[in-house]
Amino acid sequence: MATKIEKDSVTGQMTTGHEWDGIKELNTPMPRWWLYTFYACIAFSLVWVVLYPALPITGATGLLNWTARGALPAQQAAERARIEPMMARLRAATPEQIAADPELRGFALAGGRVAFANNCAGCHGAGGQGAPGGFPSLADDDWIYGGGFEAIQHVIRHGVRANESDEQRGIAMPAFRTTGMLNAAQVSDTAQFVLSLTGRGTDAAAVTRGQALYAENCASCHGDRGEGNRDLGAPRLDDRIWLYGGDKAAVVHSIAYSRAGVMPSWQGRLDPAMVNMLTVYVHALGGGE
Amino acid sequence: MSVIQPTPPPVEEASLYASHQKVYPRVVKGVVRRVKWAVLILLLGLYYIVPWLRWDRGPNAPDQAVLVDMGHARLFFFWFELWPQEIYFLTGVLVLAAIGLFAVTSLFGRVWCGFTCPQTVWTDLFMWIERKIEGDRNARIKLDQGPKDRAWWRAKTVKHAAWLAIAMATGGAWIMYFNDAPTVTWAMLTGQAGLTVYGFFALFTATTYVLAGAAREQVCTYMCPWPRFQGAMLDENSLVVTYRDWRGEPRGKPNDPAAADCVDCKACVHVCPTGIDIRDGQQLECIGCGLCVDACDDVMQRLDRPKGLIAFETLKNLAASQAATKGMAAGAERLAKGMAVRTPQKILRPRTLLYAGVLSAAAMVMLGAWLLRETLTLTVLRDRAPLYVQLSDGGLRNGFTLKLAQKLRGELALPLVLEGPPGLRLLVQDAALDAEGRPLLTTREDGITQWRALVTAPEGMRLRGSTPITFRLLDAQGRTILRQSSVFLGPDR
Repeated sequence: MATKIEKDSVTGQMTTGHEWDGIKELNTPMPRWWLYTFYACIAFSLVWVVLYPALPITGATGLLNWTARGALPAQQAAERARIEPMMARLRAATPEQIAADPELRGFALAGGRVAFANNCAGCHGAGGQGAPGGFPSLADDDWIYGGGFEAIQHVIRHGVRANESDEQRGIAMPAFRTTGMLNAAQVSDTAQFVLSLTGRGTDAAAVTRGQALYAENCASCHGDRGEGNRDLGAPRLDDRIWLYGGDKAAVVHSIAYSRAGVMPSWQGRLDPAMVNMLTVYVHALGGGE
Repeated sequence: MSVIQPTPPPVEEASLYASHQKVYPRVVKGVVRRVKWAVLILLLGLYYIVPWLRWDRGPNAPDQAVLVDMGHARLFFFWFELWPQEIYFLTGVLVLAAIGLFAVTSLFGRVWCGFTCPQTVWTDLFMWIERKIEGDRNARIKLDQGPKDRAWWRAKTVKHAAWLAIAMATGGAWIMYFNDAPTVTWAMLTGQAGLTVYGFFALFTATTYVLAGAAREQVCTYMCPWPRFQGAMLDENSLVVTYRDWRGEPRGKPNDPAAADCVDCKACVHVCPTGIDIRDGQQLECIGCGLCVDACDDVMQRLDRPKGLIAFETLKNLAASQAATKGMAAGAERLAKGMAVRTPQKILRPRTLLYAGVLSAAAMVMLGAWLLRETLTLTVLRDRAPLYVQLSDGGLRNGFTLKLAQKLRGELALPLVLEGPPGLRLLVQDAALDAEGRPLLTTREDGITQWRALVTAPEGMRLRGSTPITFRLLDAQGRTILRQSSVFLGPDR
């Protein structure tokens, strides 16, 4: 590249001396303060690199030792302090009181939605839609332990069959086949009777045989006509909602080998205010009683 | 065989950077200057006074006529009130302003730059103060070249104090567009305003002080993008500040018989706020303020020569005059001939028609959008999880979130009805019922209320797949005022 600085005959301007294929670049000088601004930016960035983590190198944390993660606890604490007055009111109130107060209810529903997504949705699904294999829907009108505020809160607090609380819900259903209480034919007959409760029996003789077996083995918990028992956590057998599937094979499996869903106890894991918010939120999902 | 020539050494070193040449504009009187003063007083007056205008909107609403309320996400402009989701109206205004700027530039050149741009207006004000304190051009040059004695220190201190005061008033007024003016003024004076307020106050004080006091023409020449692309708007039919070289050349002393009208007094150069010589022709640095027109007219008048040696003129006329007077000797005859071939500015041309078309189309769209703007809106959000809920009796239920936005003052209670296959039942959580058992949705003035609606299809309806339904909001007379369609979902089979 030639570097012959000369005067351009057309414009009377000096060239930079740069020439490409006969095209010469005119020198239109930048103001010097522009250059100094550029230097100032470089100086600023150097200071920044020294003070803050700016290099993709482990350990290059900067002299101030600032990290986004390190700054988080203070932000969280500030946020917690900001909502604390409301949380205190939520702690002091019962779910019924919260639901009756529009301000508290709005806060509880918003907070409950977040707490549910963080803690509950893993099993119960987004919006409490439930999941196959023993994770009940919380949006429908069928409750194993009851759909009132108190019943919902009790389950959240103490859990189900997790052996984490003395007041936990859920008792064990016997595995009738494994324990030898019923043989394979008897299990099948009992299942035929259970299906007949929702009008789906296929073998009248088996249903009749199963009725006696049901009365002897099942009715004490599930009720004479399969109406269920919330105190014991025995699900209804006379409706359309089946936690583990409602076809015959699934019912046979339940009778033969038992089912025992487990839910942890959240008391002590969650702030009481959050338990209250979750109670109100779950109650409002659509099935609250 | 080719011979590689040795590279010759550079003949001279030219710096890629230029030192700042301070411009000392001289005072000027004339028509253009008077127009510029009027525009300055009008614009600065608007800027400083508008935040103090009051506008009664009733209780629970700010009474400031023009207010951008960031905290509550509302923009108030006299009788208009915009929500954030309507920010496209502001976008529309900016689009109209941009096209309007293009149109005006294609007709009258850089009038925006020369007369109305904040950079020009505040610089003009700062220069006026500078002149009042340090004197006119020659006095200022002398002051800067002279010793830094007591007079120098006094002049500079007073000048910068006055500049800073104006800059602070400017930064302070800016804050008032975003806060209640009397409240924030009192808070700032008593030291009770927040860090954000003081921060922006300091920022706009600093920018005003630096840009109008120190940077001045550097902003227009080096920082502003507008001079870079204005070339696409200007053509030979645009009015631009022009030196009529066909009349002025050759330059010479007033009593020189061979010389033409330009007496080379450099008045045009001395009054120029960007420090250029308009006689060199069209230049990037020229902001089209026309002060050289005033300066030259003044000189011509004193020499008893016709005004208009420098004038707002189209390049088309300039070329026509140049062609008509080519080879003629200086004198009255050449002047008459050059002026005679001029034609009136062509206003209607493809460029201006295009700008006018786009401008009116954009204006129509924005006007239509404004007239069709709804002050009460209903939004229906279907639950995405669960899509539907199986009920114990075999029925199905869908959940919806309804959002009712009321952009006006006043509260309403409106019955909600559901349109769909007969048998669907509608329940709105927490909603009171009217005499006919329909849920009443209440509004919040200038706010949004949110409702959860549960729609149940009882056992026996056997709704499968997707069924269209419509939520309708009725007024007191039972007329539908809002309708929102959605679907009721069930299992596929």
